[in-house]
Amino acid sequence: MEQLLQQVASGLANGAIYALVALALVMIFVSTNHINFAQGEMAMFSAFICWQLIHWGYPFWIALPATMLFSFVIGVLIERIILRPLHTAPLLSVVVVFIGLLAIFHSLAGAIWTHTVKPFPSPFPNFSFAGSGIIGPHQIGMILVAVLILALLFCFFRFTPLGLAMRAAALNPTSARLVGINVDWMLALGWGLAATVGSVAGVLVAPVVYLEPNMMAGILLYGFAGALVGGISSPGGAVAGGFIVGVLENMVAYLGYMLERATGFYLIGNGEKLTVALLMVITVLTLKPSGLFGHVTVKRV
Amino acid sequence: MTKRTRRDVLVGGSAIAAAQVIGLPAIAQGKKYDDGASDGTIKIGHTNPYSGNASAYGNIGRTIEAVFKMVNDAGGINGRKIEFITYDDGYSPPKTVEMVRKLVEQDKVLFLFNTLGTPPNTAIHRYMNQKKVPQLFVATGASKWGQPKEFPWTMGWQPDYVTEGAIYAKHVLATIKEPKIGILMQNDDYGKDYYNGFIQGLGDKKGLVAQLATYEVTDPTVDSQMIQLKNTGANVFFNITTPKFAAQAIKKAFEIEWKPAHYLNNVSSSFGSVFKPAGIPASQGVMLALYRKDANDAQFASSPDVVAFKAFMAKYMPNADIKDDTHNYGYSVTHTLIETLKMCGDNLTRENVMKQAASLKGYEAPLLLPGIKISTSATDFYPLQSVQMARVKGESFEMFGNILSNESA
Repeated sequence: MEQLLQQVASGLANGAIYALVALALVMIFVSTNHINFAQGEMAMFSAFICWQLIHWGYPFWIALPATMLFSFVIGVLIERIILRPLHTAPLLSVVVVFIGLLAIFHSLAGAIWTHTVKPFPSPFPNFSFAGSGIIGPHQIGMILVAVLILALLFCFFRFTPLGLAMRAAALNPTSARLVGINVDWMLALGWGLAATVGSVAGVLVAPVVYLEPNMMAGILLYGFAGALVGGISSPGGAVAGGFIVGVLENMVAYLGYMLERATGFYLIGNGEKLTVALLMVITVLTLKPSGLFGHVTVKRV
Repeated sequence: MTKRTRRDVLVGGSAIAAAQVIGLPAIAQGKKYDDGASDGTIKIGHTNPYSGNASAYGNIGRTIEAVFKMVNDAGGINGRKIEFITYDDGYSPPKTVEMVRKLVEQDKVLFLFNTLGTPPNTAIHRYMNQKKVPQLFVATGASKWGQPKEFPWTMGWQPDYVTEGAIYAKHVLATIKEPKIGILMQNDDYGKDYYNGFIQGLGDKKGLVAQLATYEVTDPTVDSQMIQLKNTGANVFFNITTPKFAAQAIKKAFEIEWKPAHYLNNVSSSFGSVFKPAGIPASQGVMLALYRKDANDAQFASSPDVVAFKAFMAKYMPNADIKDDTHNYGYSVTHTLIETLKMCGDNLTRENVMKQAASLKGYEAPLLLPGIKISTSATDFYPLQSVQMARVKGESFEMFGNILSNESA
């Protein structure tokens, strides 16, 4: 029983990471209809920026906002400079640009900070409490931050004029332009927000998986799975999807092991975690293409 | 009919001409060369992942290049300068094949040295042996590089994973009462080599393994596996992981208060990238088999080889991170090659390079631990086969026990 609780808690903690990455993917998808393959590497790069600032002696709570601001600017610049000329280009060209960005951020981080694994301080205080054997303070912190960011984004889109303008620009660019919204800038803003959310994900994940250029490679896969399961067009869905994938992968290993112990034959286990996550994506996409919590979009052709 | 005769005559004639131009003067002076060697230079080929996921190993290639630069600055080996040609294969076997063909067929190197990675070396294993071009001191610990009968042109260098795994198993059986063993293993060839060695070492006691938990390199963390292992009640933990996952496992064991006798594979023997990230308190008592000195360890600070290594790093790789163990590795393995080439003298044929590589007798390469030596023979293609057990104590390794060996193959 204790193991079950530990596995669920550890799954929720991993799920929080996937949720934040998924959220960043959704931010770009809803504003541009693209899936940014470089999202993980951008988050990794942001985490390195934060590490560098801390290394230079700035306290964490100054380094983090500075990193978020920096990531926001980078996100906006990427959209304005690199993707703007591709607005009318075919989808494949955009995909190639994303893969190019992935390689650039990866190599750049390796060239600047080397590939040696680096420890990263946890922003949360390390104290013991009842149940700290089941879930650590950093894990609880990650889960809370994921939920908090979702709430902030929800309020931003629901209650601020800028959020409304961004939604309008994404939903119906032509009408939005007619009522005076600068649609181009709204897209850039979407990229900036995605990069900011990604930077928080990077900074939170670095203490767990350690900082190095490959840090996000596996995580991005699970983040994709989370976003697709929850619904790539729905921020709330993406967060839920991230948590579902996180808990599910631990359950696969746990139940598989229990089954093996009870019956003596190996059916499923640690080796099939990613397989199960991807199977889940296929199942959800087949039965409900917009994801568990996504909205169905109707297009007139 | 006449045509064929004529061609035979031509071929025969040109061969004689070639022998007169190249072969005869060489023989006259007692020098023998294959492709890639001459009076002035020795051409050596190498592949390494300078890009992609395994690019952390790129530092090995850079170190080798720098060591050869140092050698050339000092006049070369037996008066010949080393021309080191290194290509990026991105740790991708098809790319390795392409690059190695280029090295052998276009650049015409004398031999390949320290090509990196088990999958890339596996991809060129047969090709090198068909072409009869040495594939020397490869940078992988797989056990398959020491088969002089089947693959006489391939040789490894570091202690192989099977040997090391067996040594841990024997240590467990000798020192721990009623062992119950949990194993965390990276689910690939490297992990399985260690696992098989460990099981071999246990012999008929393999029932002591309570659980084998595997992870994939795409897994973000090994937390879930560590929870499973703790719950088996194991009192011995064999940790077959690469540095990042090793650090995670050590940290997680500490967090969930699991305190088994902890054996860690040599692949993750780094303070910089394993024990410091995992946390020094969490790493105390972790045991592992070592064969090289940690150049940053205070107990070796005054050894002549460490002093020389540090001077080399300062002069030839001033921007490199000396904490990164790959430099240490590259320095040590390259000196083994330099020793081999010195022994070759003026007979720089591929056959003689292999022959001399298989004639190292008790060579103490720089940065090897005291008492660990390199020995090879025509039937023993495993240069390093001894290790020293050590445990993490404070911020350095504390050696204990004798030098251990396990005859592989």
